[in-house]
Amino acid sequence: MPEPSQALVVAGHGSHLNPESSTPIFEHANRIRERGVFDEVREAFWKEEPAFREVLRTLDSDEIYVVPAFMSNGYFTNQIIPRELRIADGWKPETDGQVHYSEPVGTHDSMTDVIIRRVETVTNNPAVGPETGLAVVGHGTERHEDSNASTNAHAAAIRARDRFDEVQALFMDEPPYIDDVTEHFETGDIVVVPLFVADGYHTREDIPEDMGLTDDYRDGYDIPTTIGGHRIWYSGAVGTEPLLADVILERAAEAGATIDQDRTTRATKPTPGA
Amino acid sequence: MVEAAHCTVTEGQIDAAITAAHEGISFEGFELRQTDGGYKLTIPEANTSETLTESALRERLASIPVPLTNWHYWSALDVSDAKYAFLRWLEDARGEELPPPGERYTQLADELERHWGELLITTTIDGDGTRRYSLRHQADATTPDDELTAYDDPLAAQRLAKEDDDGRYRPLKTAPTLQTGWHFPDCSAADLLETVSFFYPATVANWYAESTGGLEVTHWSETTARQTGIYDVAAELPRDAVDWAVEACCVDSQCLKRREWEYDEETAIDVPAGNGEFPCREPCSLLIAAARKWSLIEAEETEAMPLELAPSERDQLEELLDAVAEGKTDEIREADVGDGANRYRARYLRAKLREKGVLFRE
Repeated sequence: MPEPSQALVVAGHGSHLNPESSTPIFEHANRIRERGVFDEVREAFWKEEPAFREVLRTLDSDEIYVVPAFMSNGYFTNQIIPRELRIADGWKPETDGQVHYSEPVGTHDSMTDVIIRRVETVTNNPAVGPETGLAVVGHGTERHEDSNASTNAHAAAIRARDRFDEVQALFMDEPPYIDDVTEHFETGDIVVVPLFVADGYHTREDIPEDMGLTDDYRDGYDIPTTIGGHRIWYSGAVGTEPLLADVILERAAEAGATIDQDRTTRATKPTPGA
Repeated sequence: MVEAAHCTVTEGQIDAAITAAHEGISFEGFELRQTDGGYKLTIPEANTSETLTESALRERLASIPVPLTNWHYWSALDVSDAKYAFLRWLEDARGEELPPPGERYTQLADELERHWGELLITTTIDGDGTRRYSLRHQADATTPDDELTAYDDPLAAQRLAKEDDDGRYRPLKTAPTLQTGWHFPDCSAADLLETVSFFYPATVANWYAESTGGLEVTHWSETTARQTGIYDVAAELPRDAVDWAVEACCVDSQCLKRREWEYDEETAIDVPAGNGEFPCREPCSLLIAAARKWSLIEAEETEAMPLELAPSERDQLEELLDAVAEGKTDEIREADVGDGANRYRARYLRAKLREKGVLFRE
């Protein structure tokens, strides 16, 4: 009996205003296409196309794995995506395939490794840790999101590894605030990693200005920037780290996907811009 | 019967036909079935059948490239029903019923063109009957190939679909603002389908669902009732205003999908649905986001605002609205003060109304 065919849907937020909001979603999906472990790989969005509402009908596979590229559990992962895919109670999904809905990438234990990889990338130092502080930045509770839970959990997990001198979870919209980042650290070097999927308004404008890296984000800032005797290494959104594609695959595997065999010819093709 | 130039049968195709003859082939008038006495063959556009031995059949098949290679191409495709139907539609130059293979091969030997949104998709044929596809913007129909940037990876379409010719972000994939200047000169069927899916996501699936009577439509009232969070207010847009919103966002000049949804099951929206090839089956996220804004505006208390204007100034307000609504502000010449939407005219009116305190309240 042939293996059932399987599809992966990477479900992201997308944007009506910012063209780069969906870029990490496309890039991670393309990395997974290149590995050839799914018969079909499709991006889907709340604000772009294909919409969550339409994506299932575009797929032909027997088994469909939907992985939310969101950093926390909350409104989008619990309500919006299940409702729009019609996999929530009382709805009928628009596919003959079996839909498997995974937990979001952001709450996965291995996100901890992605954060650390991001730190290594931005400091260009694979041994980074000693005499260095790490701030993991979450959005906070502005809109009933439970985002502080995953931010706190990843900060705690990294702290437990004893790699960095100090690790703190800081937030944009609730205390402890990212604005006062230097007050939370004794170390001279502080690496700041926002737990966001994509670079956009918050990571490009808000956080750099709030921390005092720059008065106006349009002027840019140095990496690192020295503020009050501390060197601040600001990484931008963790979701742009290529390793996140592995977390997506792990989430799909946990939901039942087989990810160890070559299913397509895509693997032989180069990814543009890669 | 018209034979296409350069089309020849391969040994592999003959072997495939003989294998398939056990089960029987019946495709567009080409019929082949293994019988007790040999193989019974019927070819399109001929009125008789013949029964042949295997060696005679092999010889005969080699002499009928059009029906054999045509059957082979379509039977070897491993795609969904929707994608199969779309590829067939590409060979349907008249937009009615698929012409017989002989006629199609003559057209394919030349080039067969169809439009999908702003895409111009051209189908041609290889020497063994394999279809090759190319696509470009329809505005580049006559642009020489060497003036276009060539791509061969479907993923390139992800980036091309994101920005218009002026480098502005396109939040709506089916807006008639696809950038020009590129082409995919030589695609397989699989690559073509993937490329189209990045330019116009879900359109093939929706088009096919419609053509087979299975398109589920979700009307305005149902879509807005489903909204939560900051978009729940979209459901409060007054009935009249829904038509204005659809006129603003959903007509052909703004979106190439053909609107199939209405206000609700009983109540139509009095705005042209559009002539697009592919259907729109429910209000999209852009329309819902805009409707939220209009709901909030419509909920405000109106007040009479005395505004003293010269008749020409009243006309000018119309011209300003028209220019912005039609996206024509860039076309108004710098010194064309005869146009009410001219920048100097607008700046003058703003200065005057600001000083009078009518529109620009402190």
